Amino acid sequence: MSGQILAVDRLSMRFGGIVAVNELSFEAERRKITALIGPNGAGKTTVFNCITGFYKPTSGAIHLTHEDGSAFALERLNDFRISKQAKVARTFQNIRLFPGMTALENLMVAQHNALMRASGLTFLGLIGASSWRQAEQRAIDLATVWLKRVGLIDRADDAAGNLPYGDQRRLEIARAMCTEPALLCLDEPAAGLNARESGALSELLLSIRSEHGTSILLIEHDMSVVMEISDHVVVMDYGVKIAEGTPQQVRDDPKVIAAYLGADEQEARAMMETGS
Amino acid sequence: MLDTKPAFILKKASLSALVALVLFSLMIGLRTEAGPEGKLIYWTRFGDLATIVAIVFGGSIVIELLRQWIGPVGAAALVPAWLQKLMDFVGRWLGPALLGFAILVPVIFYDQRYILDLAILVLTYVMLGWGLNVVVGLAGLLDLGYVAFYAVGAYSYALLATTFGLSFWICLPLAGILAAFWGVLLGFPVLRLRGDYLAIVTLAFGEIIRLVLINWQDFTGGPNGISGIPRPSFFGIPLTADEDGFAARFGLEFSPTHRVVFLFYVILAMALLTNWVTIRLRRLPIGRAWEALREDEVACRALGINITATKLTAFATGAMFGGFAGAFFATRQGFISPESFTFQESALVLAIVVLGGMGSQLGVALAAVAMIGGFELFRGLDQYRMLVFGFAMVLLMIWRPRGLVGHRAPTVFLKQSRAISSDLVKEGHG
Repeated sequence: MSGQILAVDRLSMRFGGIVAVNELSFEAERRKITALIGPNGAGKTTVFNCITGFYKPTSGAIHLTHEDGSAFALERLNDFRISKQAKVARTFQNIRLFPGMTALENLMVAQHNALMRASGLTFLGLIGASSWRQAEQRAIDLATVWLKRVGLIDRADDAAGNLPYGDQRRLEIARAMCTEPALLCLDEPAAGLNARESGALSELLLSIRSEHGTSILLIEHDMSVVMEISDHVVVMDYGVKIAEGTPQQVRDDPKVIAAYLGADEQEARAMMETGS
Repeated sequence: MLDTKPAFILKKASLSALVALVLFSLMIGLRTEAGPEGKLIYWTRFGDLATIVAIVFGGSIVIELLRQWIGPVGAAALVPAWLQKLMDFVGRWLGPALLGFAILVPVIFYDQRYILDLAILVLTYVMLGWGLNVVVGLAGLLDLGYVAFYAVGAYSYALLATTFGLSFWICLPLAGILAAFWGVLLGFPVLRLRGDYLAIVTLAFGEIIRLVLINWQDFTGGPNGISGIPRPSFFGIPLTADEDGFAARFGLEFSPTHRVVFLFYVILAMALLTNWVTIRLRRLPIGRAWEALREDEVACRALGINITATKLTAFATGAMFGGFAGAFFATRQGFISPESFTFQESALVLAIVVLGGMGSQLGVALAAVAMIGGFELFRGLDQYRMLVFGFAMVLLMIWRPRGLVGHRAPTVFLKQSRAISSDLVKEGHG
């Protein structure tokens, strides 16, 4: 089944007098990769924080629909419930792993809610019930699968803070996937990666989409990644949507070029016409 | 990497000596006094000054050498391989050896009442340290009012036992539950606070409990405290010289040491239970959530972890262990008053946790032995006791800034459990 997974409706976010996001509406299709791009300060991360519950939007609605038809109004859910119930996972622009815990432990923490149920709210786990031990083994197995997928299986027992930067980025994605999300929100996953690493990242994201059926919402500055993997691109500038469409359509949109070059629309149009 | 060249060490030592020279030239080098006619007279003591500077110079070299030996991460290469192997061996067997020794203490020191009493005191602090370790070491919540839960446990037992005549073994879980309840009560208002603010509110909470205990005369007995608290029985058999007492029943000659030994094993069992539960909890999702909370609260929220519930369970668990220890304290002393539950106690327990290496069970036990036992050890030094003790603490913190046990053991592993250097582990921020 396809259709939309996420519908953002007239979302506004004000911080005092500053309007970070103004009446933004867009949709994300199920099992597709939707990219949110725009110049620095366009309000992309604010939109992300509204979707993942770190900010409460000033006005507007964010609807999330699961494949089984259950719907959630994300603007009303508490932060941790967005991950627990609505199954929205996210990563952070500046990586937020648990540096003093091993890679494996990071992925185990991500399965907290499932494990909490299995441990009978700790009491079954405390007496070492066999049902708990099986559940723990399953959790380790799931973590192992993801460690293999992101190529970190050999570093499973190393502290996350000791991993190289690129590995930390991939581990954060693996951790988000261990919550078994319906929608995965990635905030600049390719930032700081070299060309080879961002190529591998694109492959990973494409395989997450096709093999797990997880929908992906992506903020990214690396245009090669955006153009290669996105099915749909939404462009923001100064808190409003200025364009959307396929990567090709967006690339040729004069408004987008104007926003990125800092020129006004007329100049951009003229530039395009002269072919420079 | 540390510089190991002699020139570097000499340079550092010279600098220290220079600072000492400047500092002490006026303080020691010149001595002034009011003369017989009220005139200020002065004389020089350059000999003493030279001695002090020489001591600083020599001491600085020694400290620098020691620092590079037992020093922070990266200095391991300086330690010879055999010593490293020995240290690994000691590290592995220290815990079991300590436990074995603890079990044998009453046998070895049966005739030495002073040592038995001291051992009970040390174990009480070990238990308090392990309890606070859950809150501070694992969950990273700085709690300066831990003594409040100790007090709640002690007064719970004292009041229940003296008013309703309930036995120690019934009151013990009740005291734990009541303390956990107060832990949750404290937890609620401070959920949103972090770091310094959290520390101040918990500090205030500890004081509030103490002031209530002092001023609520008709309930708690006020500053007079509660006396005549029943002693624990050996599973129903009183440890007295009576006919139905422990000694008579088992055909032994009565000795007051029986009770002390019994108390020793009670607190040992309680402390070990605390340790076992904590180790177990660390491997359960709740324990991992505590540690994750210490590492990064925002990431926890993004992973669907209920921060409120996680913090409250940490407070409640820590408080519960404090309550158990409090009930034991009350039954051992037979008399409690608010004077036993001052901020001093909170600070001492926190010092034990920090000194031990936050989050490390073995470290906390070692630190409790060092703090309580070490303090007694220096008793012979009279008025210099505090000075020597403080100096020892400062030295320890220079060599082991992250506590005696400066690494974290992972709770789960695939192939090999590798200790994580404490440089990576966060202290928590709220």
